[in-house]
Amino acid sequence: MTLQFKPAETFRDTFTYRKSPEDILRFPFPFPEDAYMYSVNIEPHVRGGPTAAFQAAFDIDEHYIAECRERERVLKEDPKRCQVLPHMLAAEWDSLELIMESLAQDYPEHFSLTRAGDLWTWVNRPLNIHQSFTFGKVETLPCGPFEYITRQAQGDFTLQDQRDDNLYVDGGMVTTQADWSLEFDIGMSFHEWHGPVPLAHEKGVFDRALKYLLRLQYGQPVRRLNWTMTVNPRLDTSPENYPVWGPDKASVTPENVADKVHLRVELQTLYRLPRSNAILFGIRCYLTSVADIARVPKWRRRLHRVLRDLHPDIAAYKGLPRFRQMVVDHLAPLDDGAPTSRGIAPDTDVLAG
Amino acid sequence: MTAGDPLHVRVRDIVELAPSLKRFSFEPAHGGLFPTPPAGGHVMLTLRDGARVMKNAYSLVSAPMERARYDIIVRLVAQSRGGSAFLHRKVMPGDVLEMASPVSLFPLAATARKHLLIGGGIGITPMLSFLPELKARGARFELHQLAGGEEAAVFERLLAPYAAGEEIRVHGGGRAAFDLAGLLSRQPLGTHVYVCGPHTLMDAVTGTATALGWPRGKIHKESFGGAGGGLPFRAILKRSGIEVEVGETQSLLEAIEAAGVDAPCLCRGGACGECMTPVIEGEVDHRDDFLSAEEKAGGRLVMTCVSRARGPRLVLDL
Repeated sequence: MTLQFKPAETFRDTFTYRKSPEDILRFPFPFPEDAYMYSVNIEPHVRGGPTAAFQAAFDIDEHYIAECRERERVLKEDPKRCQVLPHMLAAEWDSLELIMESLAQDYPEHFSLTRAGDLWTWVNRPLNIHQSFTFGKVETLPCGPFEYITRQAQGDFTLQDQRDDNLYVDGGMVTTQADWSLEFDIGMSFHEWHGPVPLAHEKGVFDRALKYLLRLQYGQPVRRLNWTMTVNPRLDTSPENYPVWGPDKASVTPENVADKVHLRVELQTLYRLPRSNAILFGIRCYLTSVADIARVPKWRRRLHRVLRDLHPDIAAYKGLPRFRQMVVDHLAPLDDGAPTSRGIAPDTDVLAG
Repeated sequence: MTAGDPLHVRVRDIVELAPSLKRFSFEPAHGGLFPTPPAGGHVMLTLRDGARVMKNAYSLVSAPMERARYDIIVRLVAQSRGGSAFLHRKVMPGDVLEMASPVSLFPLAATARKHLLIGGGIGITPMLSFLPELKARGARFELHQLAGGEEAAVFERLLAPYAAGEEIRVHGGGRAAFDLAGLLSRQPLGTHVYVCGPHTLMDAVTGTATALGWPRGKIHKESFGGAGGGLPFRAILKRSGIEVEVGETQSLLEAIEAAGVDAPCLCRGGACGECMTPVIEGEVDHRDDFLSAEEKAGGRLVMTCVSRARGPRLVLDL
């Protein structure tokens, strides 16, 4: 299907971001069952899956151009959103190679990569970029290789170095984050940067996830879904900008809750990289309003039940207490109590309402 | 998504480097490019000699930029298990072999201030994969290669492309003349050492470095990994009324799936707990990170994605 990009939509101030019906149905809805608790919900990242968002290594959708422009604005205001420690240069080139090859393979109508030895030419048609460069020579690109390619990809990315049986977040491009800061976390070990998460440490989730990821094999990427909720379709909910978006939480009313509150899903992917042995972690953010979710019967029933029964510590950690009850009250009359099928697929290809 | 599946490779050429050393070059049998070879990575070749199937791991000696071909160097071992003898004597250019996608368990450390490489005999092979990557990084390194009589000249030739202006030495005088302790003692702080070769050499480097106070995380040994599989066994799925044979290189989960049973699973690596299955009878060889020590000792549960039977059969409530 040909993507109809919407280059002018915004993720701040005027919030003109909207989803087409196809875009709603491809949403990676994060709840495989009617209740939610932390788990090591990691699975192989293979093409295909319950919605169209899983069909590519790095998913591109109708918001691609607008999201790249939003990233450019964030970086202009705060260049430290992209940082890579010097020892990660091999991982930067690994990332550039992986993302360029994957985009060119998955979306040949939009991207192409041609190689003659070290001389590479990259074409990005949606962003109107035509770049020839020498692989391995930083000075032949307008910026570092990791920054270069992640400016042209949707979602955040971090780079993890593996040493001393641990993972260290030693680089990242983080402009569409759910309230965490690369500037604060850079250089931290796996358990350090996951420190604030409630309940999961006690369950041993991070011990098991770390062991699993230390064994992550080249060529066998994995993925998981994570979620939170965001008021307004705002991509940049960073701690650095909390004064800008924090007050939004107080703007939710029973009248506007369905349009204001968005389910924010991260399709997280992890790739072992060849030269560096580092791990590239993709955090691809999807926003869908409660109103749009309510157009899929299975999803509105399930979102209602999950939020209604959510552990209060998780609700607090995700910043939901101010509006959770309003979302539950809005969805309650839309939940007919019917059983839901296992898994995240929408079970329909037409939207209600 | 770019690798992982088995590759079919065609033997492009075979070069005799010495009477006991041959270099095999492979190309993708169906065209295209190979996945970027990981630095220090290896591949597993499936070799079929009549009814006999052998799986042998070999380090890739190709540079990361080389995607059209994968090269390995195979030494003919006097008491070969069969794999190296088969490659040396029976495999011909044009033959198509099955190769598992490359895996890296012997990577270069990103934070090393200096890399000290020590190879013994055919242990030169991962060093040949490190050298172009270290050169590309502009990294500081030093290489010492131990060689038996006839190998020294061959190794000199293989290392020559990287030798200009670098500390690369081939030691033909045997282990006794190689001052390992002296070499390790004079390294600057922040050096990482990498060793590949006979177990005696790898143990000597590890032992000497440890005795000299090197941190464990700065000592790296070649590894092809522990065996993922194990002895074959029979699994009886009581509720499904099916019996499946679990092969040496197959997981219990894969055998169950091959029998058409829709078994629960998610991570396929022993971490998530999704494939936990009750055991009715039989002893389990637990290899997962999910069950507690008590649960493992209890023996009533098995994670089918990684764990196996410790014995000929396992009866599952599935």
